Amino acid sequence: MSKYLLDKFLYTVDRDPSLVERYREDPVGTVAWWESSVANTILNSHSGEASTWLRLDDVEREALSTHDYVKLFELGAHPFLTLTLFIALFERDHAEPLAFQKEYAARLAHFSLPYPDIAT
Amino acid sequence: MANVVAVIASTHHPFYYRASTATGDDRPPFADEWTRKILAFRETLTRANPDVLVMVGSDHFHQLWLDNMPQFLVGKAPFYDANWHNEEREFGLPRMLLRGQEDLSGYILREGLDAGFDLAFSNELRIDHSITCPIITLRPEADLPIVPIYTNIFAPPLPQPKRFVQLGQTIRELVESWPSDLRVAIVGTGHLSLELGGPRQFGPHGPDPAFDERAVGWIANGDLDGALAEVTLDSLHAPGNATHGFMDFMLMMGVAGAGVKADYADSLDLFHTMEAYFTWYPNGVPSA
Repeated sequence: MSKYLLDKFLYTVDRDPSLVERYREDPVGTVAWWESSVANTILNSHSGEASTWLRLDDVEREALSTHDYVKLFELGAHPFLTLTLFIALFERDHAEPLAFQKEYAARLAHFSLPYPDIAT
Repeated sequence: MANVVAVIASTHHPFYYRASTATGDDRPPFADEWTRKILAFRETLTRANPDVLVMVGSDHFHQLWLDNMPQFLVGKAPFYDANWHNEEREFGLPRMLLRGQEDLSGYILREGLDAGFDLAFSNELRIDHSITCPIITLRPEADLPIVPIYTNIFAPPLPQPKRFVQLGQTIRELVESWPSDLRVAIVGTGHLSLELGGPRQFGPHGPDPAFDERAVGWIANGDLDGALAEVTLDSLHAPGNATHGFMDFMLMMGVAGAGVKADYADSLDLFHTMEAYFTWYPNGVPSA
């Protein structure tokens, strides 16, 4: 269980426009590629250096691979990161302003306080 | 010594730029009232005639990340590029370049460290909408040098609310002891009740109008005791999952001073969140 790594996926994909498109079109392939190629990258460090121990668990991998933002909320992914990336992914499919954001809220309606802990 | 000519606290709403510049069918129905309120708020800074802006805000996972997360960080650079790709993408915010006031940055860092705040620093900081929103609303010319100060209201564990208040009090003392004859405005932005990425997001009002009403009262009256008695890191989850940004308002209450009523207070009940705007004049209200 690594909320940090979930957040790292959301963060690194969101900041790369080509990766946003790749994740939209091929979530399973993008998550597999990311876990093998990016997950252990130490951001803002020497390019040759990497961590050795970071991996998603099966539930996390499945949530990312199915664009399941409801599950990501349940797992404690940072809600700002999830929202920002998923707006970039799917707002374009909705005609009305904020329609995606309102649908997103409705799909989370079964959660009540306290929400899942987001501390990493 | 430098002169604190205005203390300003507000929400930072990234939708304002697009709403206020939209025309025709693209202009949302709330844009005209919002723009009127912002122009009135802008006048409160303009009439203070500042030379320098100390800007308190919070990075939204742009440059600061979980592998190296500072609690309080002061920018010290001659320039600050501003706004990021995903803010351009989602909010239509423009790229900006702001000048820095490095001497004041260095003074706040040195004296702040000696006053008990282990401040982080950055010599190459790209700032985001928590600081550019108030530039757009209050000083769209973007012509004054700034000192950006970032707080962590975003990635737990967070500092306690009282620590934000104490930092605000210290910033005020440090600016007032800065050996300079410049006129400084201290501007900070935060949130009232706010939910992002949760079930209460983007409702017809902010997620907790009752909290917003109490919060506006605390700020307008400088009621630090009231705010500190009620606000804890745990309690801020209840009004909305992004409400920890209220601690930046508490920091600004510390800048303004306990028990000091705002000279200007206004708010706007938008869908999604309540906007709120406050100005204090430590030297009295300047003539128009």
